[in-house]
Amino acid sequence: MKLLFITLLLIGGLFFFTVGTIGILRLPDLLTRAHSAAKCDTLGAMLCLMALIVYKGFSFTSLKLLLVILFIWMTNPTATHLIAKTKLMENKKDENLME
Amino acid sequence: MINKCLIISAVCLSITIILCMIRAVKGPSNLDRLVAINVINTKIIVLISIISFVLGETYFIDVVLVYALISFIASVIISDYIQKTGGKGS
Repeated sequence: MKLLFITLLLIGGLFFFTVGTIGILRLPDLLTRAHSAAKCDTLGAMLCLMALIVYKGFSFTSLKLLLVILFIWMTNPTATHLIAKTKLMENKKDENLME
Repeated sequence: MINKCLIISAVCLSITIILCMIRAVKGPSNLDRLVAINVINTKIIVLISIISFVLGETYFIDVVLVYALISFIASVIISDYIQKTGGKGS
């Protein structure tokens, strides 16, 4: 029962990682690539680390893994937001130069 | 049995890391490379925690925490640098 649950969670996480990777390789623009990278950062990492938490059970290690999940959820959207803001500033600078 | 599952998923993760590396090498602008390297960092975090369960050494989780901190600071500082210098050129 536990094995089935762990396998399902791992397969889900790997599915989202694969989808994000295909998006990064195939999509045409920077902002669409950042959108597809967010799939990897939130759902893929969360499902894979959840599988490890279920495997370990209730212990100090799973508490640390939960902390890692919370940290990834806080920091990676911030980094992606900063990258998108940098792109926006560059676009605005180019428009000003055009005029 | 669980060990085998974890090893197979680690191999699949490594293959997706290599595919992301193509974008990091090829990417037209510097920001594309930054997005790809951000994703690679997340995948390496998951990979190290899976490997720590395969080897049965749980102190690798502390390494994962420090790695997450460093990767976040690196991407913030690099995007700030690109914003200041304009990101043109190499």
